[in-house]
Amino acid sequence: MKTTPSSSPQDAFEQALDTREVMGRSLYVDAWHRLLRNKAAVVGLAVLLMMVLLVVLGPMLSSWDHEIPDWDHYSSPPSLETQHWFGTDALGRDLFVRTLIGGQISLLVGVISTLVSLLIGISYGAIAGYFGGRVDNIMMRIVDAIYAMPFMFFVILLMVIFGRNIFLIFVAIGAINWLDMARIVRGQTLSLKNKDFVEAARASGAREAQIIKRHIIPNLLGVVIVYVTLTIPQVILVESFLSFLGLGVQEPLTSWGALVNEGAQELETAPWSLLFPAGFLAATLFAFNFLGDGLRDALDPKDRF
Amino acid sequence: MALLEVRDLSVRFETPEGEVKAVNGINFDLEPGETLGLVGESGSGKTQMALAIMGLLSENGRASGSVKFRGQELLGMGVGELSRVRGSKISMIFQDPVTSLNPYMRVGDQLIEVLTHHRNLKHKEAHQRAIEMLERVRLSDPEERMRQYPHELSGGMCQRVMIAMGLLCQPDLLIADEPTTALDVTVQSQINSLMGELSEKSSTAILLITHDLGVVAGLCDRVMVMYAGQEMELAEVEALFARPHHPYTEGLLHSVPRLDREKSGILNAIPGHPPNLLHVPRGCAFQDRCRYAYEACQERPDWAWVNDTHAKRCHLEVLPNGVSDHASPATDEGDQEEAS
Repeated sequence: MKTTPSSSPQDAFEQALDTREVMGRSLYVDAWHRLLRNKAAVVGLAVLLMMVLLVVLGPMLSSWDHEIPDWDHYSSPPSLETQHWFGTDALGRDLFVRTLIGGQISLLVGVISTLVSLLIGISYGAIAGYFGGRVDNIMMRIVDAIYAMPFMFFVILLMVIFGRNIFLIFVAIGAINWLDMARIVRGQTLSLKNKDFVEAARASGAREAQIIKRHIIPNLLGVVIVYVTLTIPQVILVESFLSFLGLGVQEPLTSWGALVNEGAQELETAPWSLLFPAGFLAATLFAFNFLGDGLRDALDPKDRF
Repeated sequence: MALLEVRDLSVRFETPEGEVKAVNGINFDLEPGETLGLVGESGSGKTQMALAIMGLLSENGRASGSVKFRGQELLGMGVGELSRVRGSKISMIFQDPVTSLNPYMRVGDQLIEVLTHHRNLKHKEAHQRAIEMLERVRLSDPEERMRQYPHELSGGMCQRVMIAMGLLCQPDLLIADEPTTALDVTVQSQINSLMGELSEKSSTAILLITHDLGVVAGLCDRVMVMYAGQEMELAEVEALFARPHHPYTEGLLHSVPRLDREKSGILNAIPGHPPNLLHVPRGCAFQDRCRYAYEACQERPDWAWVNDTHAKRCHLEVLPNGVSDHASPATDEGDQEEAS
């Protein structure tokens, strides 16, 4: 890096360093600059941003609605003339709008459930790992107990008690997924807390909260990010599985998972009803994976150039 | 009043195999600005004693006795209070400089954090102070170093950063746990002379843990020799090198390779192994390896003063060889010692 001639990204980099207000954020400032140098990650990020915009604003572009059938076109192929850009399904509903509405639900489920599991998992795992001993034992046995509960049974129980509700899906998926996160974070924390620099921090007078915040969590990020990028696609798939069983999103609302399911049944007569939602789903999952890879590299200062 | 008064300090570890007695009843004083060397084989309890002073023992360890820093008892002090002392009045340098720095933080941020935490400095002032300190430890191009990550620095540079970090708040006491073990010989001597110089300038007392007698000769005012968690001998550097009063010290001095004397090419080692700290022998801890051992050694010898500054834990009045011929390695330290 010392030898790099001062080019414009370098200048921007220096500037970012000078102007940053919050001290110690440098890891994230750096990571951002390293991320921008990774083409695949930038493309992934762009695809995701476009996907979000499209999914939110797209339905307004079309004159069709996601639940009202077009009585004149059943299972009609994509056509500009009829304004059914992605065609219609067997009931005559516009697939363009349905794909985007489905995308809203899928992304929402993926992101919110993952955030829920992230929040619970990181704090739970970090506390268990850091304090260790009896605390760790009790906390991890609770995790084991929840693990032992059959997932479907848990979801059905929730549905029976609270009725069908999209938020129950977030809760149900989040409540299961944080267990993995907690285990991963705990293991990492266990190995981190015995590292010399944590002891050195303690020797220079840092308090426990500070050590967790400044030394443990930043060192966890790389692993966590990779896990998140694996979790979001997984959550999207779990949601489609729940929808298939009739426990997830209910008609006329839809999700990518549900759309792919319907499309697969009409593959021979109306291939477009599979291709479009599946394409969107695949593009999103790829984008998440590229972004996750890029983030992991960007967050590791040793992997700079 | 001494800066640091250690009285009957013991460290015990509860392990599944039983109680490990890592440190057994250590006593010493450290005056302001003084450098005390702590010498002994691996596993003789040097590091655990230092960690006990800092309150950094691992969870299964317990320290007993008394450690008074400026008259204030450190053992049993609350974590909050202790974290105000650590880093600001007492700081510690660890063996491996590279792993002692957080790989995810820039060097500068790690230095600045110490200052903003202990001295409530603004970011800008702290930055300035950190750069000055890096200049004082003679790190080239400090501005650039501040912006780098630990893995971009060499081991010697990292150790300079650690020393700078240790001295940032101008502590009264610096505990250096084998600060040069992980470094190559040329860097070792640079770091050592740097520490000597800095402690002289800022009147920081240093507790230097090492197994390198050469380092002790060059840097320390007094030396304490430890074996199996007990103090064996305590003396001023020159007196100890000139005339050791404990067989263990004599053995240690003999085992230093000397180009000018031995022709045989075989190093003099002390035979045998240090005792298992799970079962420390009843009498003198060194008796199994001591070539002068006799019946009296079944009893643990008392801590006896030879003169005002020289003490030992041995039954023998004088070592049978009488005056040994260990010429003291050249020391560049003046004789500015006072009686303890």
